[in-house]
Amino acid sequence: MFDAQDLYQEIVMDHNRRPRNFGSIADSTSSSEGFNPLCGDQVTVFLKVSDEIVEDVSFEGVGCAISKSSASMMTEGVKGKSVEEALIVFQAFRRMLTTTSDQVEDSEILGDLEILKGVSQYPTRIKCATLSWHTLQAALQGSGSDVSTE
Amino acid sequence: MLDVEKIRDDFPILSREVNGHPLVYMDNAATTQKPRQVIQALVDYYENFNANVHRGVHTLSMEATDMYEVARNKVAKFINAGDPDTVIWTRNASESLNLVAHSWAKDNIESGDNIVLTPMEHHSNLVPWQELARDKNINIRYIPMDDEGVLDLSTIDSIIDDHTSLVSIVHMSNALGTINPVKELCDLAHSKGAMFLVDGAQSVPHMVIDVKEIDCDFMAFSGHKMMGPTGIGCLYAKKNLLEGMEPFLTGGEMVLEVSYEEASWADLPMKFEAGTPNIGDAIALGAAVDYLENIGMENVDEYERELTSYAMNKFVDVEEEGGKLFGPRNPTQRGGIISFDTPDIHPHDLGTLLDQMGIAVRTGHHCAMPLVRSLGVSATSRASFYVYNTKQEVDILVEGILEAMRYFRDGVR
Repeated sequence: MFDAQDLYQEIVMDHNRRPRNFGSIADSTSSSEGFNPLCGDQVTVFLKVSDEIVEDVSFEGVGCAISKSSASMMTEGVKGKSVEEALIVFQAFRRMLTTTSDQVEDSEILGDLEILKGVSQYPTRIKCATLSWHTLQAALQGSGSDVSTE
Repeated sequence: MLDVEKIRDDFPILSREVNGHPLVYMDNAATTQKPRQVIQALVDYYENFNANVHRGVHTLSMEATDMYEVARNKVAKFINAGDPDTVIWTRNASESLNLVAHSWAKDNIESGDNIVLTPMEHHSNLVPWQELARDKNINIRYIPMDDEGVLDLSTIDSIIDDHTSLVSIVHMSNALGTINPVKELCDLAHSKGAMFLVDGAQSVPHMVIDVKEIDCDFMAFSGHKMMGPTGIGCLYAKKNLLEGMEPFLTGGEMVLEVSYEEASWADLPMKFEAGTPNIGDAIALGAAVDYLENIGMENVDEYERELTSYAMNKFVDVEEEGGKLFGPRNPTQRGGIISFDTPDIHPHDLGTLLDQMGIAVRTGHHCAMPLVRSLGVSATSRASFYVYNTKQEVDILVEGILEAMRYFRDGVR
């Protein structure tokens, strides 16, 4: 018996089994690659941005349930938002995982992403959840540079 | 036969709980737990003998020096090195390997030469040679291995050739458990005029090691993987080689005479031990050697083989659920390291779930990235045993893996 429901909630497991927006975007306007050398997780985020709006976003890669579901939920969370709004969500998400308090300050901004708050109790897994977000940030800022968690 | 329960009583940490469950510690290939005797040796040294070595004329310094050198003697005897001057204290196996790369290889490997490794080297026996190859025109060659991670020696004559100056081989793979035929490879290397280095980080703690019988020129290993403290390791090398080698680090302790213009080097082993050494941890490693000798390395080896065979049989349940075991199937070709992949659940998730059950395993690439990639996975899970692990713990591990696999396959209960 074990207790890890706070980490592996039903919705997280669902995104892990059936990741949303998985694959590349043929007419993407930018993309970035992220890598976690500690566990070998690797993700590529594709963006289609037009008039400062994230019209489409997708991801590809290999990783654990936390990294895959986080990437999947991220694509749902930022699609249709402006670049500026997407970056605000990124900041709120990162804040949620790196503060030890049980309270989530930015519930309104985060929406469904708040489900991943449980990850903050597992310090070794925080990078799994944030890898795709850092990669998204690099793609949004058009740097196109690769991201590493280390 | 050894008494495992009696051994377990010597390890205070084994009675603690993790996440509400008794600890099942199976990350011994990363580092092992320490018996009370080793911890006590550290306390005893710092409470009663602490002083710098090889320089003071006062009582404490003489006593500390004596204890420090007695520990070196113990390690030398443990691997049958003969002369204790052939055992150099380092921080760990990585530093030992770097010492050889800097002090021996730089001066003895020439442009156009080659170095022979295996595909299952730890990064520590890979990166120093890559760095050397970058500086010099040196080729690195790899002995091929089969699907089970056993070296394929059918083409060895074309791999180790007259231009090979060093064959550097891991004795037991930390990622697969494979035990490589070092004696056979050492003879082959010598027949071509090459030197032979054994990375003994995973073998010295678990089996009888006789450097004279292998006839290896160098052997590197770490103290913390054999019940000793972290921060202390060893390099064994043949005396004539050590005598011909330049120092790795220079400064205090390692000099004979110093003027404002130049310096000459101290005799072995101090030539390679610049600065105040890790006295306390060396002494405690001596206590770890005593502890292992007391059990008997033949008994450690025999017990771990039995435990590994038991685990391999138990893992059939995991394989029936789609799990995949890496490394040799033949228990005589492997040590107590079980590396595996599970369908539907990533090693990282499995590691977290097992931790929730109090079970410590390693997940990832085990500092052998190219090897793990060649297995077709980005990471594996690894359970590695030591003499204090039990069959009951293997049962708990296998049950835990099956439960985690079901949890991921069937959804949240």
